[in-house]
Amino acid sequence: MRLINRKPGVALAAFLTALPFVLVLIAYAIGSDIRLSANPSDKLLPAPSTILATAERLLTEPDKRSGQILFWKDTWASLQRLLLGVGISALVATVIGLLIGLLPHVRAGLAGFVAVLSMIPPLALLPILFIVFGLGELSKVVLIVIGILPFLIRDLSGRVLEIPREMIVKAETLGASSWVIALRVALPQLLPRLIQAVRLSLGPAWLFLIAAEAIAADQGLGYRIFLVRRYLAMDVILTYVIWITALAFVMDLALRWLSRKAFPWTEATL
Amino acid sequence: MSFVTVDNVFQSYGNRPIIERVNVTVDEGEFISIVGASGCGKSTFLRLLLAQETPTRGEIRIDGQPPAQEPGLDRGVVFQRYSVFPHMTVRENIVAGACFRRPWGRFFGAERKAALARADETLARIGLDHVADQYPATLSGGMQQRLAIGQALTAKPRVLLLDEPFGALDPGTRLSMHDFLTELRAETGMTVFMVTHDLEEGFKLGDRVLVFDKPRWDPTDPNAYGATITYDFDARNGGIPFQTIQEDTHVLHPA
Repeated sequence: MRLINRKPGVALAAFLTALPFVLVLIAYAIGSDIRLSANPSDKLLPAPSTILATAERLLTEPDKRSGQILFWKDTWASLQRLLLGVGISALVATVIGLLIGLLPHVRAGLAGFVAVLSMIPPLALLPILFIVFGLGELSKVVLIVIGILPFLIRDLSGRVLEIPREMIVKAETLGASSWVIALRVALPQLLPRLIQAVRLSLGPAWLFLIAAEAIAADQGLGYRIFLVRRYLAMDVILTYVIWITALAFVMDLALRWLSRKAFPWTEATL
Repeated sequence: MSFVTVDNVFQSYGNRPIIERVNVTVDEGEFISIVGASGCGKSTFLRLLLAQETPTRGEIRIDGQPPAQEPGLDRGVVFQRYSVFPHMTVRENIVAGACFRRPWGRFFGAERKAALARADETLARIGLDHVADQYPATLSGGMQQRLAIGQALTAKPRVLLLDEPFGALDPGTRLSMHDFLTELRAETGMTVFMVTHDLEEGFKLGDRVLVFDKPRWDPTDPNAYGATITYDFDARNGGIPFQTIQEDTHVLHPA
């Protein structure tokens, strides 16, 4: 039997899914053990038990100076920036994507401009953003928007252009105006693709968020990681990294679920 | 008085002529089949009728109106594919035929209820009432095309344009679609243009069969000339209307 036709059973598939995670954990535990047995005060690869203890302390013990649990404060601050940046980008990209995709005049005017804009490395603009928008929340949100908006616009306008011409013409023969075509034909077909595009851009969004927080912030997940780096507090950094990964994973999962629930027609087949 | 007038229409893409010198007049209620080899401008002619394209020369008028600039309510269309909206249920697709002309593209309140009731009637008539709440992707090709025709007719167009509507269907489904279309036509008396590559289908359904072909052919440059209507058959009574026996006395009638 050819390899391409061999399929794992349920149990084997579950095992294979878990395998790389387990292997990484074991490799880490061994590496940590080797270093710690050579030097018990080594900070580079803290023992898994140390990380767990640190995580418990971070999640439950309030900060001595402010009385707040910094972990949750950081999470809230970062999520706020991220959701604001991604939300604004999605909204603007939907509108501009529809305009570029449906209206030849806007396409002629904007498509090239957006293509060039999307080539600017957003992080290179970060100093400008800090100077123009200050060191507060605005510059971080703006960095996320600048980082993912051009990609979203290019993707979504392309998706609108992919809608078969026949469907648009059909809507025209039913008396639909440009507005109705945008609202009732293009937009509903664009929304599931918007969710896909947002899922893809969540990675870059986190990247820009952490970069902005690392450079100038007084709270946030990225800020904390780069703060404790000075003390080589790997246990704290690793806890935060795992937490960020978990957040990103849950967001991705939630968007996939939303796409299936809100747009059942995308899954409908004979 | 002819209903659709095609007056000396030329269409070329760049330097390449597609169709040239097309003249035809069609009476209200006629069923016109359009046949011809691939690349002979059948579909181009249909797009011109649809006003999706404007001819480089000549003009097309429906009921003496000035030539249309873009597709509109007076022309209904069914393509081979992509003729229904995949994100709407079957029932909503029918309602769309009536409500897309509104400023928001939908009905509200009592009007919406009435439209839904009318849509259910339409669905019952075209035999799709049992799938009213499903999405088009769950229907077979024949059912999708029936839905597309039903949706187009809900908008009450003056001319119905069909671009190889049954091209992707299997032979059995195609035959039942022929019956379906014949019935609908008897009910509505609508003027229909149908592009097909199936000669038998063209003669079976059409009152007239227009054949598109290139009358001039340059062997060194096959694209030098465009196609035009080379034959205009009367297709009633199986293509032999002149053999219909007019008298009812003193002649033998076939059993």
